[in-house]
Amino acid sequence: MSARTLPLLFLNLGGEMLYILDQRLRAQSIPGEKARKVMNDIITTMFNKKFMEELFKPQELYSKKALRTVYDRLAHASIMRLNQASMDKLYDLMTMAFKYQVLLCPRPKDILLVTFNHLDAIKDFIYDSPGIMNQVDETFRQLIETYGPLSDGEFQLIRQTLLVFFQDMHIRVSIFLKDKVQNSNGRFVLPISGPVPWGTEVPGLIRMFNHDGDEVKRTEFTTPGNYVTPQREGSFGLYGDRVLKLGTNMYSVSRPVETHMSGSSKHLASRAKENVIPNPLAKEELNFLARLLGGLEIKNPSGSDTGFRLNLFTTDEEEEHAALTRPEELSYKVIDIEATQEPARREELSCMLEELEAAEPRPASSGKGEDLLALMDGL
Amino acid sequence: MSPVPALCPLPIPCPSLPRVPCPSSCPVSPCPSLPRVPLPIPAPCPLPRCPEPVPSQAAWCVLPSRVLLVLTSQKGIQMYEADGSVLVYWHALDVAEHPPGNAAPRGAAGSDPPCAAGTSSGPVLVFDIPPKGTNVTVSEVLEQHGAAITDIAAEQGRDGAGGLVSADDAGSLCVWSTGEEFRLVSKVPACGCTCSSVALWHGTVAAGFGNGQIRLYEAASGRLRAQVNAHARWINALDLAPETGKLLSGAEDSFVHIWKLSRNPDTDDIEVSWVRRSCP
Repeated sequence: MSARTLPLLFLNLGGEMLYILDQRLRAQSIPGEKARKVMNDIITTMFNKKFMEELFKPQELYSKKALRTVYDRLAHASIMRLNQASMDKLYDLMTMAFKYQVLLCPRPKDILLVTFNHLDAIKDFIYDSPGIMNQVDETFRQLIETYGPLSDGEFQLIRQTLLVFFQDMHIRVSIFLKDKVQNSNGRFVLPISGPVPWGTEVPGLIRMFNHDGDEVKRTEFTTPGNYVTPQREGSFGLYGDRVLKLGTNMYSVSRPVETHMSGSSKHLASRAKENVIPNPLAKEELNFLARLLGGLEIKNPSGSDTGFRLNLFTTDEEEEHAALTRPEELSYKVIDIEATQEPARREELSCMLEELEAAEPRPASSGKGEDLLALMDGL
Repeated sequence: MSPVPALCPLPIPCPSLPRVPCPSSCPVSPCPSLPRVPLPIPAPCPLPRCPEPVPSQAAWCVLPSRVLLVLTSQKGIQMYEADGSVLVYWHALDVAEHPPGNAAPRGAAGSDPPCAAGTSSGPVLVFDIPPKGTNVTVSEVLEQHGAAITDIAAEQGRDGAGGLVSADDAGSLCVWSTGEEFRLVSKVPACGCTCSSVALWHGTVAAGFGNGQIRLYEAASGRLRAQVNAHARWINALDLAPETGKLLSGAEDSFVHIWKLSRNPDTDDIEVSWVRRSCP
């Protein structure tokens, strides 16, 4: 598995999250000022220099639980609040959208174009804030530097690492179902038409050569697909036409996004449980989380800005109903980190945690990794 | 002993698995997923920050006297008895020797007698396996590839000596003659596209590439003899039926095609024709 997957996972999921939040902020008619503030705050937090440094270090992907916790904190980096049900739905949509993009990438390398599409859109969200723009550009450059020299095979490994991460996630998303890119069993449809990837020939031709290298025979075979030659390659530079549409914003105010919970539970019955064998690295994972979150500078919301609650559903009743009827297997079991082993981080973390209204009662604070593990077992 | 989760928890699509037939009378080779074999939990991993290792490739190493299961993962190359009961040999890959994050070995093939496994930095390790016991040694290190090994295929020759072909991430192929010592017979230069899967049949190398092409090369000279625009996406696996010369290719475009390889007796040209494909 590739140790260079995390930055791509984080940035793309973050991009999807911003698309969805932007759509909901408009659908819920949140005043422009507040909406812009929320988007700016979240983007600033995401592209924080320290955070990016940690992210880009070669490392294995950790569990879904750990990653979900990061997005939980990120979504609450500003004056906006989300209930558990809305946060669950947000995360479902983010992950299914990115899973779709990864699966349908024509070439493994195109996953970089998908990432650039997300970053281009993020730059559009903050076009009037040069400070944050610099941070995003810096991350752009780091992506180009880190991923530019990788071979096809290394990108394929990254892609496979991502697909393993998304394995067994088959939540049905209404936009995908309507566009017929997802089946009713939650599986995505692989298209057999359209442009072939850059560098690939349209299937059908067989050429044979003699030992002098001259072509001596040519035959053809047919395929049911309807493939065409691509026009041009997408740009891998800081700016440019990416050509690929995967990773661009598919939401708009008029297309509400829904997920369907019913029917997905039977597919999860066969899912292998994470950590069947006690994972001696669970402690490592928590330390990683602590370092990562420590790098997240969550700003204190100033007194004059009144917070508001965003609803991912169309009504409050729907949100309540979703919370009550969410299947057990799909609950994300967010980790509540109370303390870390590094004293310097402890302060930052407790500051961050204080800003949030904890819905559940907090267990007693501890300073050891083992106690954190016990905490997780209690979830 | 309760069964441990499946050996190869690979997502669809699977990276290519090498082509050595299973010891059971399974007509399909390679198996998309190997039979669930209870495995002992391997010794504590010497590599730092290494989560539960996901096997990247698995192959049966079929020798006259025994069959071994060879697994490659970030822990290195491990060999088990065919029933998974005993870890016979473990060649750990030192993280310091290879570029960080690149310790995963890839590509394993078993043939009579050599058993070879590739590494992600390029060298191909050849193992000498005794008829019994655990005294497995590395007999050769073949260093011709500049990129990660993706697949290895082998063929038993007519007069005792055989052939081995190794493929890498840059699209380069090396053909070796096996026997007392390994000798490089020919080399196909890198083409900039990953060769994901390779097969060897009667002196013809069949190679599947990440851009969906299948290319056939003359093993002795490395010359290109045929080029098939076979698939619209990355080819994951090639498999060859040695008796009939039928070649199977599976790719991410969701298709599986069957091809027929043959040799024109007059011109000695390699010919390939399309036979059939899976239904969409």
